[in-house]
Amino acid sequence: MIEIRNLRKTFPHKDAQNKNAEKVAVDGLSLTIETGEIFGLLGPNGAGKTTTIRMLTMLTRPTEGEILYDGKRVGDDDDALAIKQMIGVVPQNLNFDQDLTVGENLELHARLYHMSKAERESRIAELLEYVELSGVVNDGVRRLSGGMKRRLLIARALIHHPEILFLDEPTVALDPQVRWRIWELVHRLANDGATVLITTHYIEEAEELCDRVAIMNKGKLIAVDTPKNFISRLGRFVVEWRDDAKRDFRLFDTREDASRFIGTLDTAASIRETNLEDVFIELTGRKEGL
Amino acid sequence: MLADIWTVFWRDWTVLKHRMTAFILSRMVAPMLYLIAFGWGLGRNIQPTGGGSYIDFLVPGILALNSMNISFNSVTPVHAERVYHKSIEEYIIAPIRPFAYVVGKVLAAVLRGMISSAIIITLAYAFGAHFTITPLFLLVLILNCAVFAGIGFAAAMYLGTYEQMGQVNTYILLPMSFLCGTFFSTRALPDALRVAIECLPLTHTSYLLRGIGSGAEVSMISVAVLAAYLVAVLFISGKAFVNLRK
Repeated sequence: MIEIRNLRKTFPHKDAQNKNAEKVAVDGLSLTIETGEIFGLLGPNGAGKTTTIRMLTMLTRPTEGEILYDGKRVGDDDDALAIKQMIGVVPQNLNFDQDLTVGENLELHARLYHMSKAERESRIAELLEYVELSGVVNDGVRRLSGGMKRRLLIARALIHHPEILFLDEPTVALDPQVRWRIWELVHRLANDGATVLITTHYIEEAEELCDRVAIMNKGKLIAVDTPKNFISRLGRFVVEWRDDAKRDFRLFDTREDASRFIGTLDTAASIRETNLEDVFIELTGRKEGL
Repeated sequence: MLADIWTVFWRDWTVLKHRMTAFILSRMVAPMLYLIAFGWGLGRNIQPTGGGSYIDFLVPGILALNSMNISFNSVTPVHAERVYHKSIEEYIIAPIRPFAYVVGKVLAAVLRGMISSAIIITLAYAFGAHFTITPLFLLVLILNCAVFAGIGFAAAMYLGTYEQMGQVNTYILLPMSFLCGTFFSTRALPDALRVAIECLPLTHTSYLLRGIGSGAEVSMISVAVLAAYLVAVLFISGKAFVNLRK
């Protein structure tokens, strides 16, 4: 279980008026993520998702607050190494070692996690097959396509059998086939008992993958719930129409209420089922968009 | 901790193995030119005050400055790993102690510095130089490599741009290459400049290598100074690596 208590992160943000100004990236975030859960952090760019992941994975120090993994506090040196051993990270940027081959990148990672030679060899072969990259084991990472690099990042993060996996925008800029392949991998991991924390600004990704979703905006937590509950809480049907070339919508509990509302409009409108995108826009403010 | 140091070292060794031939050939160019230009060319007309030939005087200086340059520049890719590729984050996330990363990188740079020194020693003998290699001689070379690898690591941690890394070469390493008792004795310098130059690690290395190589008595204080420099740069580098987690 991951417990996040009142987490806050500020960065220096000098401007002409105030040289000591600060930018608040994450503001008072408190969350609990249960073991075995696929948990999504959803928010627009700049919402604080990546900063949250960086604090959870010990890449960035929180300004305030605390993080506990199964009761072990991040920051205590004795616990930090034990926590690091149990987490795997798929970062947003493709941070491979550019001077090593695909196989060597995986071997480096396995060595950093103290795996024996026999364990390393079998796990690397197994994972390369899992992500369908066995044919490029001796190629330099620079030669891989974007989709292959993303799959390799996932393989690298899984080498040491992490109990908790962090995926920071894992399918950004990927074509639909590769995205589906990665979703399939995440489902398989969760079925194997791993806890997965995923950040995304693709609504359908959160809807497809996550047991629960936290919606963040401007560093703050707006709401946490299951995608299904979010939808039923705000209304299962959406009436959508255009007003002065601007999209507008309203949420309703029943199709009948939605139909009645359409009758009051003097412009063409449509009814459809609510999705997480509607919930997101409703909660983060309609002008924010994605 | 030792296993983690070995892992970091293994990474650099793997990269070096990919490029070993290119590395060895490229490391032969500068020492060959120094030996030809200053040893055979200018050196024929120079008589060192302590006796012997100028090439015997020159070789320890070339060894000192070359091991400094190679070790420093072997660590500079860490800057790109930190600023551009972000691959250093893999080590920050991994369950290894920060000091293991610093020591592993420094040791890998020492290896490159020592391979390069072996090339110079071979070339120097081929050019007819006379000097003796003892365990203390090798220890001094290793210390010199480690000190400048540590300085390179600290620079890679603190400096923001690749241009700034280049400026360290231009404003610090290049003047030291010429002034720290490498091509001529520091006694030829004005007093104020001489005192400052004699505090620098490369000067201690030059004099130690020259003394040990010619069989003369050397000051162990200079060895202690190099060791003190090493402790200081490792401490600064370790701190810098920890502070990456801002």
